[in-house]
Amino acid sequence: MHVPDGFINAPTSAATGVIAAGAVAVSLRGARRELDERTAPLAGLVAAFIFAVQMLNFPVAAGTSGHLLGGALAAILVGPYTGVLCVSVVLLMQGILFADGGLTALGVNITNMAIVTTVVAYALFRGLVKVLPRTRRSVTVASFVAALFSVPAAALAFTLMYAVGGTTDVSIGKVATAMIGVHVLIGIGEAVITALTVGAVIAVRPDLVYGARGLTQRLKLRVNGELVDAPEPEPAPVAARTSHRTVWAAGLAASLVLAGFVSFYASADPDGLEKVAADHGIDKKTEEHAVADSPLADYGVKDVTDARLSGGLAGVIGVGVTVVAGSTVFWAVRRRRDDDTSPSNTSNTSNTSTDVSDSTSTTSV
Amino acid sequence: MGAGHAHKLYRHGHSPVHGLPPHTKLAAVFAFVVVVVSTPREAMWAFGLYAVLLGTVAYAARVPAGFLLRRLLIEVPFVAFAVLMPFVAEGERVDVLGLSLSVNGLWGAWNVLAKGTLGVAASVLLAATTELRELLLGLQRLKLPPLLVQIASFMIRYGDVITDEMRRMRIARESRGFEAKGVRHWGVLAKSAGALFIRSYERGERVHLAMVSRGYAGSMPVIDEVTASRAQWSYALALPGAALVVCLLGWSL
Repeated sequence: MHVPDGFINAPTSAATGVIAAGAVAVSLRGARRELDERTAPLAGLVAAFIFAVQMLNFPVAAGTSGHLLGGALAAILVGPYTGVLCVSVVLLMQGILFADGGLTALGVNITNMAIVTTVVAYALFRGLVKVLPRTRRSVTVASFVAALFSVPAAALAFTLMYAVGGTTDVSIGKVATAMIGVHVLIGIGEAVITALTVGAVIAVRPDLVYGARGLTQRLKLRVNGELVDAPEPEPAPVAARTSHRTVWAAGLAASLVLAGFVSFYASADPDGLEKVAADHGIDKKTEEHAVADSPLADYGVKDVTDARLSGGLAGVIGVGVTVVAGSTVFWAVRRRRDDDTSPSNTSNTSNTSTDVSDSTSTTSV
Repeated sequence: MGAGHAHKLYRHGHSPVHGLPPHTKLAAVFAFVVVVVSTPREAMWAFGLYAVLLGTVAYAARVPAGFLLRRLLIEVPFVAFAVLMPFVAEGERVDVLGLSLSVNGLWGAWNVLAKGTLGVAASVLLAATTELRELLLGLQRLKLPPLLVQIASFMIRYGDVITDEMRRMRIARESRGFEAKGVRHWGVLAKSAGALFIRSYERGERVHLAMVSRGYAGSMPVIDEVTASRAQWSYALALPGAALVVCLLGWSL
């Protein structure tokens, strides 16, 4: 699925390049959290592993064979941020060294194969692991499902990019059926191999599987013939902040996707209420809204003629404005609350924070 | 990495193209590809001129045509896709040799073929005239985040080691009579992949410990800073510059 130069037009390539650069920047910070200063050697070796595993052909039927894409596998084995980084580095090197995938299409390729596969796979995986019972088998099942959906998701993302900036007007329906049809098949192979691989690793070194970190059994001590729970190691206090940020980023990403892309395919018919109102003449008296001729009126951007594109644009802009407004309110409220806290409290927190940084620095040395 | 460790794509040489600083070459190739992609597809002669430009570079770099053409084969899967395009695209149709083809699809196929081939040829020339380590230095010089460059350098450095490990496992499987014939054998292949992951990860931990014991603190020291003179920059940028002239001509004509 390495897209060559000239397949997607220049503006779309540039836009996906910006998305890819942003995602890689976020992953660089996230990977430091996942691996601290071991990031470079470990991520590098995992990237080499992904590179090697992409050469591992598995026979599908007489004569044909497929190979692993590895996004889902990387996300489950080493974590989503490191996964995105590893696959992106593999794609970058393939583009520069092996001329596999065009240089201008690097953004398209990284967005499709590194970001979409990894994020979709990891989100599904996390969700399933939460729902399923806490056993090793459920990790395998979850990785099967995650990998199964990650490949068609990448195909879908490619189809969307093609719809926005394809250079030939093959009808989108045809592209979608061809791409998604083929990639559902590839996804099945990917899913089986990923699940089996994760199962094999979990059987030998369960501590290495990032996605199975929550499954470790509680340590028990036998005191005078009785089993007693060992005291838990104190949880890392940094976790709260990071999880907030992840939730925030995930929410933003989801709403952007929904607003920008899904609204593309949303029905242009009036929604239920509007329809009922029109049918029954309720809306006779409704006046045009005061902002009806604002540039974003009726969920469309003026001067952009394509209805769906303009709807998507308006959605994205709307989400952006909402986020900025919401963040401002949130920030203002928090500022005020911070001002209220007594000096003893703040000095306490600053103490703990220095403690934390001290302890992390000692462990990292 | 000593002599004998150069990658297969690199052709050792002392041509003026080999001698250019890597970051100028990277910038030139990237600019060239961007120019090619933004050329209108109707200007067929422009793509011919681009090919001539690349041919001149290949001649200056003393890269034989056979080598270049063989490396172009990487593109074959997408050629197949491009061949399908005239049959499935929409719009006005034209009859060629009794087949009904879409005009728009023909243009699309030409577009992908021409731009894709030129892009691949440019990358192949870059890889053939630049050593891996130099390439990474060039990326660093072009302000790619240092962590990303480090990850890439570890991947390149250990890529062969990991691939060899995989090859040894394959030989071990085959010497026990294993032959992957179909779906029933996926389990064995997956177990190999799992073992390969554990070995890679553990090797990464060992490498990290070895580096820490030699004073690594999160960033690599830059020993050989590469710099480019103005003359070298202008020499490297002659390629995208000439391409840009062709592109502008293509838009105006």
